[in-house]
Amino acid sequence: MTTANTEPKAHSHGLGQIPVSKLDTHGSYDVAAFPVPNGREEEWRFTPVRRLKGLHDWKGTADGTDETVVDAPEGVTFETVGRDDERLGKAGLPVNRVIAQAYTSFEEATVVTVPQSLVADKPITIDRQALGGTAFEQLVIDVKPMAEATVIISNTGTGVRAGSLDVHVGEGAKLTLVSLQEWDHDTVEVSQHNARVGKDASFKSVVITLGGDLVRLSPRVSYEGRGGNAELYGLYFAGDGQYHEHRSLIDHNVSNTRSRVDYKGALNGSGAHTVWIGDVIIGEGTTGTDSYENNRNLQLTDDTRVDSVPNLEIFTGEVAGAGHASATGRLDDIHLFYLRSRGIPEEEARRLIIRGYFLDIVNRIESQELRDRVMEKVERKLAAHE
Amino acid sequence: MTKFEIRGLRADVLISEDERQEILKGVDLTINSGETHAIMGPNGSGKSTLAYAIAGHPRYEITEGEVLLDGENVLDMEVDERARAGVFLAMQYPVEVPGVSMSNFLRSSVTSVRGEAPKLRQFSKELQGAMKNLSIDAAFAARGVNEGFSGGEKKRHEILQLELLKPKVAVLDETDSGLDVDALKIVSEGINRAQADSDLGVMLITHYTRILNYVKPDFVHVFSEGRIAESGGPELADVLESEGYERFAKAGA
Ligand SMILES: Nc1ncnc2c1ncn2[C@@H]1O[C@H](COP(=O)(O)OP(=O)(O)OP(=O)(O)O)[C@@H](O)[C@H]1O
Ligand SMILES: [Mg+2]
Repeated sequence: MTTANTEPKAHSHGLGQIPVSKLDTHGSYDVAAFPVPNGREEEWRFTPVRRLKGLHDWKGTADGTDETVVDAPEGVTFETVGRDDERLGKAGLPVNRVIAQAYTSFEEATVVTVPQSLVADKPITIDRQALGGTAFEQLVIDVKPMAEATVIISNTGTGVRAGSLDVHVGEGAKLTLVSLQEWDHDTVEVSQHNARVGKDASFKSVVITLGGDLVRLSPRVSYEGRGGNAELYGLYFAGDGQYHEHRSLIDHNVSNTRSRVDYKGALNGSGAHTVWIGDVIIGEGTTGTDSYENNRNLQLTDDTRVDSVPNLEIFTGEVAGAGHASATGRLDDIHLFYLRSRGIPEEEARRLIIRGYFLDIVNRIESQELRDRVMEKVERKLAAHE
Repeated sequence: MTKFEIRGLRADVLISEDERQEILKGVDLTINSGETHAIMGPNGSGKSTLAYAIAGHPRYEITEGEVLLDGENVLDMEVDERARAGVFLAMQYPVEVPGVSMSNFLRSSVTSVRGEAPKLRQFSKELQGAMKNLSIDAAFAARGVNEGFSGGEKKRHEILQLELLKPKVAVLDETDSGLDVDALKIVSEGINRAQADSDLGVMLITHYTRILNYVKPDFVHVFSEGRIAESGGPELADVLESEGYERFAKAGA
């Protein structure tokens, strides 16, 4: 378990005293701006670089294909656009070489627009199945002022995928984004979610990562006006040999903004490794920021590794609230004992406890059907090692 | 007719990886169905240890002796098997299991103990009835197991489980402590109902004679320094109440 960084730390780049989270705030569209990672850099130190299937030092051709099924309520538009569309790349710079590579290499992008004041009566669903190969992608979700929508992105299949998902939540708008990573066991994904949260707007993200060989996902939030609210929830469950890394950054660059980050993980099986990095920056000169982040991990078997690093950096004296918590533990044998003392067999008792553990995250998903699907997958992963 | 026998039971509390301490120093007790045995004794004498050892709590280890339910050694069974065989423990400090709803938990345990899932309709009717009998608000069914329950609320839920699971023998560890006067009566009625219902054998661990006015003991045992120091009839409880445990502590030493 790694400890929290709340102080600026010296860094080996020769940049002198820079806060650790600042590492993640510089970015570029240019691949050459990032050296080829070798795994020893601060931002890559957890990631098994050699399992990136060449993404970190890309020399191949993007040959991947997807089958995507989209369902959207009336009024919501879907466009396939070229590289020169001016709406692309506006929510945040690529923060690592792989994302910059994706930005350099993509050929077509998708822009989803929820027009002003439209309150979508059903979720926008994007079911994407990767059919092999490597693909770079850009998706923009633009929720115009006062509009309200839920977007559910479901990722399945096999392949190597990298790219950005840009989210604009306009003034007074509300967006719930559910992103499911239910990849096949050999898939590699490196992606960045950039959210720009407008004045009095509200953004809720629910990231569910269950599949893949290696998933590295960086959700990032910044604000465009006061009253912006961002809630980031996450559930990950790494089985045998799986690597799941989630690194969020909330940049409270505007006064009177709120954020909550709550990620919960479980690990079950030999070599499962999860990483959670939670950066929160409370910007210079801002006032009234309210922020809290929490990460919990449950190691169901011994041969697993958890890294959990909250970073909270405050550059102002006027904060309404800022805190973080991180805890990693085993299944509580006294909880198990209590359930079993009522006749419930061990496997079922474990199942009940794991369900209970993830319940508050899963309940952030509105659709009962989707909640059931996630819980069912969780139970299947749990059963894999009984 | 059920016979529950504890024979020469010795047990250690596991304090840490390489530290343990013997708490039970040879306990002998036989409970026949329908009988109520009150166990009274000073703090720290090992009453809860006895209760936990019978149930198979992971922090205790039996070093000697047996616990037989109709001749079958309960100690050879897994924790959940013991419960399914008909041994029930109402804990002194019931455990909070966050996120697991009381109703799911109760349905799972009833299903396990009865060996088949009760019909949903029938079960919710049964549950509602049992909760009502114990003056438990229906809203508790949706809450996490013991999560944020008051001390008294937890105790009522232990008895709710006793009534639903219908065991052959029940160990009730200070079920009366933390209960207000009305609750004490309600909970006692629950114990008596369970006993009338299925000829339950009861081991009632308590510090107070108050509950014995409602749940009449057939035998009273004094527990001291890890064993039963003296046994008698109901009148022994009154002696203990007026005189305390001093002479037993000395006798056991
Ligand atoms: N982890 C532990 N480390 C050291 N001693 C322990 C530990 N757990 C229990 N004990 C000791 O075991 C002894 C028996 O405890 P037990 O809970 O069985 O007593 P009890 O008779 O139920 O007391 P009470 O009437 O207060 O409930 C006590 O002296 C207690 O301090
Ligand atoms: Mg006790």
